[in-house]
Amino acid sequence: MDAPEYSITTRGLNLWYGQFQALVDVSLDIPARRITALIGPSGCGKTTLLRCFNRINERLGYVTTRGEIHVLGRNIYAPDVSLLELRKAVGMVFQRPNPLPLSVYENVVFGLRLHHRRGELPRARLDAAVEQALREVGLWNDLKDRLDTPATRLQLEQQQKLCIARLLPLKPQVILMDEPCSALDVNGTRAIEELLFALREHYTLVVVTHNMAQARRASDECIFMLLGRVIEHRRTEDLFLNPRRPETAEYIEGRYG
Amino acid sequence: MNPPPFSLSPLGRRRQRQERLAQGVLAGMVLALVLPLLALVGYLLVKGAPLLSWSFLTTNPTQGMRAGGIWPALLGTIYLVVMALIVATPVGVLCAIYLNEYARETWLTRLIHLAVVNLAGVPSIVHALFGLGAFVLFAGLGRSILAASLTLAIMTLPVIITSTREALAAVPMAFREACWNVGASRWQTIRHVVLPNAVSGILTGVILQVSRTAGETAPIMFTGAVFYKKIAAGDLFAYSLRDQCMALSMHLYTVTTQVTNAPEALPYAIAVVLLVAVLAVNALAIALRVRLRTRKKW
Repeated sequence: MDAPEYSITTRGLNLWYGQFQALVDVSLDIPARRITALIGPSGCGKTTLLRCFNRINERLGYVTTRGEIHVLGRNIYAPDVSLLELRKAVGMVFQRPNPLPLSVYENVVFGLRLHHRRGELPRARLDAAVEQALREVGLWNDLKDRLDTPATRLQLEQQQKLCIARLLPLKPQVILMDEPCSALDVNGTRAIEELLFALREHYTLVVVTHNMAQARRASDECIFMLLGRVIEHRRTEDLFLNPRRPETAEYIEGRYG
Repeated sequence: MNPPPFSLSPLGRRRQRQERLAQGVLAGMVLALVLPLLALVGYLLVKGAPLLSWSFLTTNPTQGMRAGGIWPALLGTIYLVVMALIVATPVGVLCAIYLNEYARETWLTRLIHLAVVNLAGVPSIVHALFGLGAFVLFAGLGRSILAASLTLAIMTLPVIITSTREALAAVPMAFREACWNVGASRWQTIRHVVLPNAVSGILTGVILQVSRTAGETAPIMFTGAVFYKKIAAGDLFAYSLRDQCMALSMHLYTVTTQVTNAPEALPYAIAVVLLVAVLAVNALAIALRVRLRTRKKW
């Protein structure tokens, strides 16, 4: 394997919600075109960390961030970074599928419409984008005849895939996922996990999960966090087979969670 | 001997009595609300019936307001309400959008919120004095439809802001997050997702203000409404905005307290017109809300 190329690097990242420090001195290198899982007990800061990577945290007025996050080599806290462009490149998928109350078709082209003038988007280009995105997430065969149905009427699994598909026409580099399977059943979970492996070819995936088995099955690298600190970050099989830190060992054995 | 299974215990009998009592009292309260309302409407209709006719609506009062119709008052009320909402709706809705979608939660926005809520509780006579000072005298509008409807606008503004904020807050956060995560700006999010899903709630809030605006007497009494003004009967453009005008609520007050020997049916007939107009507008609000809600797709 060639030398790892990193999509996201953080150095000395600290974050406070008001007085409460949620991230302590987080320094990480997240490799490109790999699946990196973030695991740890509730409240350990994994979702907070994920939400730093596209600066969606900042909407809350009481958040203070210190330290550096480089995405694709650029410090995203630099003053001239455009949040809109950043979020175009770093998409996010949420715990509960959140399709917009529009048709399947309009959901997929929503991002394109935001970032282009009307004249730049002939019907053919939109159609092509919809087909490509839906094919990539494996929805095209199911939905190609029902592109006009409201997205909110789809099954949850399809909704979640659609939410991933919605990011793709913007050609993101990184896709962040916050417990993407926790609202889904076993089959839905398996389908999304298979999708993760397919997407790995082109995108850097960072997945927060509560499910240890999922982290083990469906990730290349694994980051274990506890109380806002990164405890251990290694290749997934190494972390699960011989954890270096006692906290990690205890957590993956299920002693706390 | 043991009772058969699932039979009522003494405690159960007591709970059953309480249950019946609670149901009875609660249903009684609903009746206590609905019956007087029906009685009121019925009473007004019966008492006002002799005078109600198309020409009552479309002619000027005659013989010192003892006979004839109520056209100037009806048209005046329409002018006041429409003008007030034309001013208050954009200001109130845009203000609410800023407060709900842009402003961060700080002591200043909390203070503004508190002020808005308190403003909604200010008695209408105080608004009247404010209107008199600010619009009639200071702005030099004189006593006119313009000054009166601006006063009414100020009065409805806080309620419109509050109801619009509620409508906006009812749009799930997940929709906004979905937008931001494909790089939508705040305004794009508002325009493409938040507003289309909040519009039914916003409209309902605005339309419900029609009834309140139409019914108010105090704010217009000092700022633009008069006892009597003769205008071209049946002409929708009989008033100009700098004119003073008559208004239904004020007219009702006038004929009951200021005019001697007015026919008994007159105030009732005016009340029926006011009530029916307000009910019709509210029914429109409900119809609109139902229609827009069925179009929602979540």
